[in-house]
Amino acid sequence: MNNDIELIAHLMRRAGFGASRTELEYRSSIGYDATVEELLNPDTQLSSDRLEFLRYHPHFWKPITSSGMGGAGWLHDMVSTQRVLQEKMVLFWHQVFATGYSKIDHYHEVIHQIDMFRDIGMGDYRELLVALAKNPAMIYWLDNCDNHSYAVNENWGRELLELFSMGVGNYTEDDVRECSRAFTGWTITPMIPRGSGTGRFDWAFEYQEEDHDDGEKTFLGHTGNFNGEDIIDIVCAHPATARFIARHLYNFFVADEPQVPAWSVEPPRDEAAVQLLADTFRESNYDMKAVLRVLFNSEFFKEARFEKIKSPVEVVVGTMRLVGGYEFPKPGIGNLAKEPGYMGQDLLGPPSVEGWHTGSEWINSGTLMKRINFTADMVGDTSKPGIQDIISRVKSKGNLNVDTFVDTCLDILGPIEVQEETKGQLVGHASELGDLTWSDDKISSDRIAEMLQLIVATREYQYQ
Amino acid sequence: MTSTTKDPVIVVLQLSGGNDYLNTVIPYTDPLYRDARQAVGIPDSDILRISDSLGFHPSMGVIQTLFNQGNVAVVHGVGYPDSPRSHFRSMDIWHTCEPDKMGTEGWLGMAARDLDPHKENVVTTVSIGPSMFRAVSLPGVPVAAVDNLESYGLLTGISSELQRSKIIDRFSRMYSPTIGSDFVMNYLGDTGLEAMEGADILKVAPGMYSSSVEYSDSTISRRLKNIAQIHLANVGTRIFYCDYGSFDSHANQEGMLSQLWTDVSQAIGDFFDDLREHDAADNVIMVLFSEFGRRVKDNGSGTDHGAAGAAFVIGDPVKGGFYGEYPSLKPETLQQGDLVPNLDFRGFYSTIIEDWLGLDANPIVKGVFEKPAFI
Repeated sequence: MNNDIELIAHLMRRAGFGASRTELEYRSSIGYDATVEELLNPDTQLSSDRLEFLRYHPHFWKPITSSGMGGAGWLHDMVSTQRVLQEKMVLFWHQVFATGYSKIDHYHEVIHQIDMFRDIGMGDYRELLVALAKNPAMIYWLDNCDNHSYAVNENWGRELLELFSMGVGNYTEDDVRECSRAFTGWTITPMIPRGSGTGRFDWAFEYQEEDHDDGEKTFLGHTGNFNGEDIIDIVCAHPATARFIARHLYNFFVADEPQVPAWSVEPPRDEAAVQLLADTFRESNYDMKAVLRVLFNSEFFKEARFEKIKSPVEVVVGTMRLVGGYEFPKPGIGNLAKEPGYMGQDLLGPPSVEGWHTGSEWINSGTLMKRINFTADMVGDTSKPGIQDIISRVKSKGNLNVDTFVDTCLDILGPIEVQEETKGQLVGHASELGDLTWSDDKISSDRIAEMLQLIVATREYQYQ
Repeated sequence: MTSTTKDPVIVVLQLSGGNDYLNTVIPYTDPLYRDARQAVGIPDSDILRISDSLGFHPSMGVIQTLFNQGNVAVVHGVGYPDSPRSHFRSMDIWHTCEPDKMGTEGWLGMAARDLDPHKENVVTTVSIGPSMFRAVSLPGVPVAAVDNLESYGLLTGISSELQRSKIIDRFSRMYSPTIGSDFVMNYLGDTGLEAMEGADILKVAPGMYSSSVEYSDSTISRRLKNIAQIHLANVGTRIFYCDYGSFDSHANQEGMLSQLWTDVSQAIGDFFDDLREHDAADNVIMVLFSEFGRRVKDNGSGTDHGAAGAAFVIGDPVKGGFYGEYPSLKPETLQQGDLVPNLDFRGFYSTIIEDWLGLDANPIVKGVFEKPAFI
């Protein structure tokens, strides 16, 4: 049994949003492999409690306009669920199938899409694409409700191929046209509520046969009277799709790749890894869980520690889970849900259907400042249970010299690896903090918290 | 802070999403326009005429006024051959001047390096908005990325000044270059130091600012106001970059474009009023572009991705008028239903780089292209 706590901490950062020391100790006791299986089988763990959230934030239900609580419910899920991989996959699909409230102006529909990723995002990718093509938020976002037999609108047809399945360079402009024709008549209709509801009407998928172009189409070399599901079958069977999704998974879970538009011209940083994931994808009939199992058990994953820049959502959720106290839906979660946006990842509001530029492009002078300010403020709050736990763990080591003090903080906060020079500065700062004998509770807590603040401000802390 | 206010300054306003050329600069006398735009054509009586054959979108009244003052250059048919019609690939090409391979070096990043080769000023380039644009990014070239000027600052949550200054001091040492660091670690290091230094310079701007101009309420107004505040604070910024959108009008085009151009026009009008009030408009040009224009024939409620587009250059130093030729709308001359670009965007950039910023365009745009003479 592999119970290396550093490896399990790595797994929990990537497959989840990080874990407290107490959880890591438990996971170390059951081992790496059992932890992976637990993550892959979310039904064995507790989900977050949406009803409890609604009880304390009733206005989250059917927000009337885009100024509603938007991403707050999802943030609460990410912070409080035990099914962390399931929730991480929701984030993954949100980044790939990026859909935003800015145009839809109907939060509830965007949230329905997010819920759909939670329901089937770890299952069959083909089923997911079909559900996506019928998802009202997506239909409105990419104008498929304006895609008619007599007037083709190419928006959804193009992005399905360019961003959701194959990637640029694997199809022609004619394929875009034919693909779009096959999705004519796939539209939405308002569901009229019983009684006087507030807010916008929910939308439902509707297939209007009379508006569907049933003529012959030639798509990627296949000819027939294709409808949308036929197109999705052809797309799924195409090798480019397996590689495209595999590369997305590698980029999200393993190590930062170049930005998506470059993928048609730049090879992956680990060709063998992407091919292994792509092969698994096809051999398993597009079963996401099978691909994830191979990924988390692979050596390339285990070796990729601190090879990724944290995304803003990972910063915010990871920090909230670290400092603790957010399991219960407290007031203020609406404002916390805006924090990722300040760092460049507006939850439910991607800049466009391309999603966000990731990796080092998360970082610029403004967003770096925001993430450091946020994390430093949070870990500096000694009233938070997670911080109190860290403080008591440090104190339990007894009187420490500055060097061991810094090592202990880095260990309990991660374990985090830092460069020699960074370590030197942390030790230098620790030596100016005063004595580290923990005789006075308040002073001890403040000194430990100050060290935590400096650690989260390091360059290394931006990685995971 | 080596420069004076009178160094040439450029403000780029990127119209993200693909602005519809045909409904922005409308060839109202061309019957082919009416044929193609049966659903989203602009009624003749609403068009703001700027010549006997062309008119602006009805929401561009403020820009029409600036045009009549001789301060707006309308540049026709801008683009590049074989447009991929993908937002993202197309935007990358505009940002890097690399139509054939994946470029990572932004054209204004390269311009900033030439303007400030010794990195004397970390605020030579300021990008306004939540994300930073590839156009301004180049390894080793600082960019101050400001989402909101009023709250810009590092570790401002630490209330004890003494404690904060000690932590900031450690921070600056932790972010200093170290031997053996990889690209991303170095990038983080540079960015952290620039953030710290840039915040100290920029945080004074809102306090120094006073103006009789009241900007309207849109995001683009707030962004241009922040740009005006920084420009008026005299901190030596030469390149400003921001965007607005989305102009991706596949559906419901009329309402969408009206709102967007109302916001953009008002913001631009307020911005130049503000600068003129402070006698600070004579060294500023504003450049508007979009990654592509839209398809000639509408799709029943909007327009799909196209090729050639219009660019605009606005400001007191600009020679107003028309540059280049409106591409033909004749069906036989279209490519895949789209207007064919007849002015390479790299030539458009070359005018800005050489005749405004006074730099050599060739290494930035990688070649020699026809330059429209709007400066």
